[in-house]
Amino acid sequence: MAKRIDVSDLNIYYGSFLAVQDVTVSIEPRSVTALIGPSGCGKSTFLRSINRMHEVLPGARVEGKVIMDGQDLYGPGVDPVDVRRQIGMVFQRPNPFPTMSIYDNVAAGLRLNNKKISKSDLDGLVERSLRGANLWTEVKDRLGRPASGLSGGQQQRLCIARAIAVEPDVLLMDEPASALDPISTLAIEDLMTELKERFTIVIVTHNMQQAARVSEQTGFFNIAGAGQPGRLIEFNPTEKIFSNPDQKATEDYISGRFG
Amino acid sequence: MTTSPMRVDSPTGSTPSGRGPVRQTRRLPRWAAAASFAAAIVVALLLGQLRDTHIALLALGAVALGTVLLYSLSRAVEGPRRATDRLTTCLVYSAFGLAMVPLVSLIVEVVRRGAPRLDGEFFSWSLLGVVGEGGGAYHAIMGTLVITGLTTLIAVPIGLMTAIYLVEYGTGRLKRTITFLVDVMTGIPSIVAGLFAYALFALFLGPGVRLGIAGAVALAVLMIPVVVRSAEEVLKLVPNELREAAYALGVPKWRTIVKVVIPTAMAGLATGVTLAIARVIGETAPLLVTVGIANATNFDPFDGRMATLPVYAYYQLTQPGVPPEFAIDRAWTAALVLILIVMGLNVMARLISRFFAPTTGR
Repeated sequence: MAKRIDVSDLNIYYGSFLAVQDVTVSIEPRSVTALIGPSGCGKSTFLRSINRMHEVLPGARVEGKVIMDGQDLYGPGVDPVDVRRQIGMVFQRPNPFPTMSIYDNVAAGLRLNNKKISKSDLDGLVERSLRGANLWTEVKDRLGRPASGLSGGQQQRLCIARAIAVEPDVLLMDEPASALDPISTLAIEDLMTELKERFTIVIVTHNMQQAARVSEQTGFFNIAGAGQPGRLIEFNPTEKIFSNPDQKATEDYISGRFG
Repeated sequence: MTTSPMRVDSPTGSTPSGRGPVRQTRRLPRWAAAASFAAAIVVALLLGQLRDTHIALLALGAVALGTVLLYSLSRAVEGPRRATDRLTTCLVYSAFGLAMVPLVSLIVEVVRRGAPRLDGEFFSWSLLGVVGEGGGAYHAIMGTLVITGLTTLIAVPIGLMTAIYLVEYGTGRLKRTITFLVDVMTGIPSIVAGLFAYALFALFLGPGVRLGIAGAVALAVLMIPVVVRSAEEVLKLVPNELREAAYALGVPKWRTIVKVVIPTAMAGLATGVTLAIARVIGETAPLLVTVGIANATNFDPFDGRMATLPVYAYYQLTQPGVPPEFAIDRAWTAALVLILIVMGLNVMARLISRFFAPTTGR
C-alpha cells in the first residue's frame, strides 16, 4: 500500500513565474512528513504538484521528477487522473459534496468513477472508511442525511474518509486542521497517527506544535523575498529540526525570531 | 407614506428621565405626512370642480402639492436635514407609484376584458367553423405548447453545453469570441430570428413554407443566448473546491462536470431554463412569418400551419370578422391566458429553485 516518493530538482511554475525552485526530497512510506514555512513560500504548491493537482490551474506547470516506487509521475503517457487515484488529498477547508448524503460522499470516489461494486461490499467499504476516519460512531445513524449538516470537524473527517475510501497509496493534507477548533484538531492528529500505519502521509501545516507532534520528518520551506521562488531550506527528522536544526533560518523561524 | 424615523431623542422615547439632560428636538407628529397629502388631495379635488381637468393631471398635482407642503412644514419645524429626508422619501415613493401605474392598469384591463370568455369552451374548442360567437383557443394553446416544447428541446442542450464550455473549458480568444457572439445574439430583434428561420426552411422547402418546426427554430435562436447567460452565471457559482475535491479522488474532468458541477447547480439551471421559456413563449413576430395561423387543431409541427396564442390574439384583433366584438373578446382572453402561463412558469421557477437547492439539513 504505502509507497515512497522521491522528488528531484522540481521547479514549479505559475505561467512564467517560478514559484518553487529546486526541491529534492525523499518521502518515506508509512510515516508522516510535515512541511512548514511562512505563508506564500510554496508548501501547498509543492504538495499539489505531488498528485498533479497543480496543473489544474490554467498556465501552471512543473519541471523535474516525482518518482513513486520507480514510476515517474510526470513521465510521458502518465494520466494525471490515475496519479490522483493513487495519491489522495485532503484540503484546507472541508469540502464535502453538498448534493450528496454522508454515505454517498464516502462512496463518491467509486460512484463517480463508475466502479461496479455490490451493495454489501460498498456498505462495508463505507463503514471501514468512516471507522478509519473515526467518524463511524457519530454518523452511523444518519448516513442518509446531507453531509452539509455535519460540524466543520466532522466534515473534515468525512473528507478524510472519502479520500481513504478509494484506497490510495499516499495521502496529502493541506492544512487539514487550520479551520478547526482544538478538539477537532486533536481528533485529526490522532487519526493521522493511526493512518500512517497504512499510508504515506504528507501534511502542510502552519502550526509548528502540530508538526512536532505528528511527524517523523519535517521540511522547512522559505522564501527570500516577494517575487522570489520558494525553496526547501532544510529537510531532517522532526526531532532534529526542532532541537538542533542545521540551518540558521530554520532555527529563527521555529523560535519565532523571523521577520 | 413617510413613517417617522426612530424617535430615540424625543422626550417620550425610551430614555429614562432623571438620567442627565434629555435633548429636545422638535418633530412633526406622526400624522403630519398623511395630513399634508390629504390636504393636497382636497385642494386638487376643489380645483377639479372649478375647472374640468383630467384625473391623471389632478393626481399628479396632488402628489406634487403634498410633497411641497410636507417639505416646507418639515423644514420649518424639524430643520433642513429631516426635511431632505422627507423629500427624498416622497420622491422615491412617487417614482415607485409611477412605475406601478402601467403594470397595474395593464393587468386590470386584461383581466377585466379577458375574464368573461375564460370559460370551458375557450379551453376545449378550436375556431374550426366558428363564425361570430363562441369558439375557443384550444388549438392555439396546444400549438403554443408544442412549439415551445420543441424550442426547449433545441435550445436547452445547445445553451447548456455552450455555458459548460465557457465556464469549464474555454480559454483565450475562442471563449471571448463566443461570449461576444452570445451577447450579440441577446440583442437580435425577434423578427430577424423569424426571418432567418423562414429563409432557412424556404431554402429547402420552397417559398411560402409554414411549419411549426420553423417557428421552434426561430424561438430557439432567441432562447439560446438567454439559457447560455443564466447557465453560465449559475455554473460560475459552483465552488472550485468541489471540482478539486472530485479531481483529487481521481475523477476525470468530464465526469466531475456531469456528476458534481451540474447536480450542484441544478436548481439555478432549472430556474434559468424556466425563465427562458417564459421569455420566448409570448413572441409573436417570428411565429407570424414562420408558422402562420390556422383555425383547426394541428399537433404535428412538421406538417403545415399551426395556431399559437400570441398570433391567435393578433389575428383575432386585426381581422375580427363581422360582427367584430366576439373575436376581440377572444383576443383579450388569449392575452389573459398567455399572462397566466408566464406567471405559472415564474411560480414554477421559484418552486424548482426551492426544491432542488442543496439541503443543509442541520
